[in-house]
Amino acid sequence: MAAAFVTFDDVSLAYDTSGNAIEDINLSIHEGEFVAFVGPSGCGKSTFMKLCTGLHAPTTGAVRVDGATVAGPLKISGMAFQNANLLPWRTTLDNVLLPLEIVKPYRHQFRKRREEFVGWARKLLKTVGLEGYEDQYPWQLSGGMQQRASICRALIHQPRLLMLDEPFGALDAFTREELWCVLRDLWEAQRFTVVLVTHDLREAAFLADTVYIMSRRPGRVIERREIELSRPRALETTYQKPFIDLVQELRAQIGEVRST
Amino acid sequence: MTKNNPLIERLAPWIAVVALVIIWEVTVRVFDVPSFIFPSAMETARALVTYAGPIAMHSWQTFWTTLIGFGLGVAVGLVLGFIIGSSRFLYNACYPLLVGFNAIPKVAFVPILVVWFGIGSVPAILTAFLICFFPIVVNVATGLATLEPEMEDVLRVLGARRMDVLLKVGLPRSLPYFFASLKVAITLAFVGTVVSETVASNQGIGYLMMSAGSQMRMGLVFAGLLVISAMAMVMYELFAQLEKRMTGWAHRGQNR
Ligand SMILES: Nc1ncnc2c1ncn2[C@@H]1O[C@H](COP(=O)(O)OP(=O)(O)OP(=O)(O)O)[C@@H](O)[C@H]1O
Ligand SMILES: [Mg+2]
Repeated sequence: MAAAFVTFDDVSLAYDTSGNAIEDINLSIHEGEFVAFVGPSGCGKSTFMKLCTGLHAPTTGAVRVDGATVAGPLKISGMAFQNANLLPWRTTLDNVLLPLEIVKPYRHQFRKRREEFVGWARKLLKTVGLEGYEDQYPWQLSGGMQQRASICRALIHQPRLLMLDEPFGALDAFTREELWCVLRDLWEAQRFTVVLVTHDLREAAFLADTVYIMSRRPGRVIERREIELSRPRALETTYQKPFIDLVQELRAQIGEVRST
Repeated sequence: MTKNNPLIERLAPWIAVVALVIIWEVTVRVFDVPSFIFPSAMETARALVTYAGPIAMHSWQTFWTTLIGFGLGVAVGLVLGFIIGSSRFLYNACYPLLVGFNAIPKVAFVPILVVWFGIGSVPAILTAFLICFFPIVVNVATGLATLEPEMEDVLRVLGARRMDVLLKVGLPRSLPYFFASLKVAITLAFVGTVVSETVASNQGIGYLMMSAGSQMRMGLVFAGLLVISAMAMVMYELFAQLEKRMTGWAHRGQNR
């Protein structure tokens, strides 16, 4: 197994005096691994992401990424959320280019290498099926298309760590499954490390190598489950028995969390 | 909803104006109101023609002083709004002060301005400025201060500095608020100029109305009123068009 890329050592975080939001987290994620976090609402999944990307410092314990303790925002990460959050005054293409205007070293090369960057963005948009929509404004796109663009924006600076916080939560079932496949293909091709927060167990089981189940607040990891399904996975497998059994087992474990 | 004929919709404001003039004329005639109390529409029109020269001169004075005051208001409003909106601390610290300042009737400043700068254009410009910068500050600051935390996370993780977030997201986002406030500010600026002219100037529409009033020439007073509101309406419309041009994205698709 590859060396750990992300490690959490006894990490706890209390936002305020109301107690820990997240508690005693110990885990390690290796480079290129696809992990999913599931757990009840308010258990600290988004908090986990903030710790992982250095947007928030832990109260106790240490977060290490790529061998170094995380001390501030980690620019090797890209983020996307349930709300696509595209800027309405920018075209889809310009929205995707936004990170390159900000992150070093690209921000200083932006003017000079603009042509090249536009090429990256177009290529990325094409792989998610948005070819021909580059010059449309976000409000001219459907919700699913906006979410695709949002994922492109998270990936444009070629991050090694992709953080997705319920990215498909607001989409209808068909669009969601389409986007699972888009994400799967992007990941198969580039093998960045993914942390996916989701409420959908099928989504977690279909996409992830490892699923972590968290308890209610204060959030702890109460179960780590490796998904042994072979790759690449086809969407059809999600309708077959082994997969359904797996999801059922995960479901039972979540049920135990809720009842305690 | 019934669908209105677009032509009628376009003409509606003009129809309203014509209707108002007719009601005005008829009311004055029916009740036989003396013209030194309330002149009829016809009389006002006559004054407008008779005194076209002086009215034009005084209007021009009012117009440019208003524009300078407004220009100052925009510049100061933008800068102050940007500063206050870019920091939660300053926002909380300065907001009550601004509200308190705004509650002072600006006419109260005129005597002070006269002591400092004498009678003339300067008090008019400054009164226009004082009255019109507030909505600009508030709108720019509010636009900047309301940022989605998730958008901020997306940028902050990339190492964005506060200034990056403000320039890339905050400022463009506050532009619709800014342009909306310009419409309000320009009409307020006219109020400021005219108020100052009525007490502290010997030029401008405000002065003209004041002196005409003291001579009981009510036709001329009303002509002055008409000219002010016409100028304010034209400028309002101008900025409304500008707003539409500049911030079309804010008014089209509302599905976020
Ligand atoms: N900035 C903050 N200040 C104070 N408390 C916070 C803050 N952010 C989150 N919390 C608290 O920390 C806990 C975990 O929040 P978090 O957003 O991580 O939950 P979550 O698992 O992402 O929930 P959901 O599934 O609803 O998104 C919650 O109880 C929340 O109230
Ligand atoms: Mg969350």
